[in-house]
Amino acid sequence: MSDSTVVGLHPQEQHRPELLHHFADEQQQRDASSLGMWVFLATEVMFFGGLFCAYLIYRHWYFGDFAAASKSINMALGATNTAVLICSSLTVVLAVWAAQTARRTLLIVSLAATMLLGLTFLGIKGIEYKDKFDERHVPGAFFSFEKEPIPGHPGQYANPGHAQIFFALYFVMTGLHALHMIIGLGIFLWLLLAAWKGRFTPEYNTPIEIGGLYWHFVDIVWIYLFPLLYLIDRHP
Amino acid sequence: MAEHSSSSPLKTYFAVFFALLVGTGLTVFAATLDLGPFNAPVALTIATIKATLVALFFMHVWHASEKLTKLVVIAALFFLFLLLGLTMSDYATRPWS
Repeated sequence: MSDSTVVGLHPQEQHRPELLHHFADEQQQRDASSLGMWVFLATEVMFFGGLFCAYLIYRHWYFGDFAAASKSINMALGATNTAVLICSSLTVVLAVWAAQTARRTLLIVSLAATMLLGLTFLGIKGIEYKDKFDERHVPGAFFSFEKEPIPGHPGQYANPGHAQIFFALYFVMTGLHALHMIIGLGIFLWLLLAAWKGRFTPEYNTPIEIGGLYWHFVDIVWIYLFPLLYLIDRHP
Repeated sequence: MAEHSSSSPLKTYFAVFFALLVGTGLTVFAATLDLGPFNAPVALTIATIKATLVALFFMHVWHASEKLTKLVVIAALFFLFLLLGLTMSDYATRPWS
């Protein structure tokens, strides 16, 4: 590889080290990577889909209890977290654009901002979880949800057993989502280090695009979790 | 995308970003209104519009050069609707529950 006389390579191929030999061109190589990521995201859709399905069935059965339990979650924290994730999705597309247009500073700042917003999300989530622990709304031996009124039905109280199912789904769904955020932070830390070393060029930035797809997918899951868990029946 | 003019994707990105923030505000506002049976459909419609915006423009499905990508997206949604649709059409039509 030290000189230009490598056997079996056309001269122009030797000037494109980023192009793997089994792809016709860079476009095909990029499309193959992003297609692979989309297939993975399709499995993630089914993965979260099972939980959404369980949620829908129990919400259908125990609507009043779910509404009462949903009302006990801090809506302002959930809405703030939605905005935080939307901001992080913007910084991700800015990172992809910066990599495509060879803007190194913008790339590094965008990746770092994405991580900062991701950590903010997890911090707010932590505050929310602490509230639930303090209120004894965590399913288990110490769970307590007594005399909580059902919205729209004066004098009726939620069944603690049914409310416990809501909180079980709340913790599993938001917890699984938070786990995806933590994995996303790991991916973005790796992207940030690689960007710092100058690995990404307008010709080669597939990891940023692929990591971005993952981050946006996690954002989309939250876009559905927020109204389904926080906003079941909020009107006075 | 790299060969496109540099200002056009940014304009789209910021427009989508503001639309997503407005959608979030709208969801919270709609949740405080008593819409009877329509609270859930309104919330899910707004969420679906937001998710579609993210997929089409942030995840570049709109400009995907590879048609297979679009096929995978549609297939994932198809099987999700199969899962949710068939399950709920069962549970929602059981007279004894």
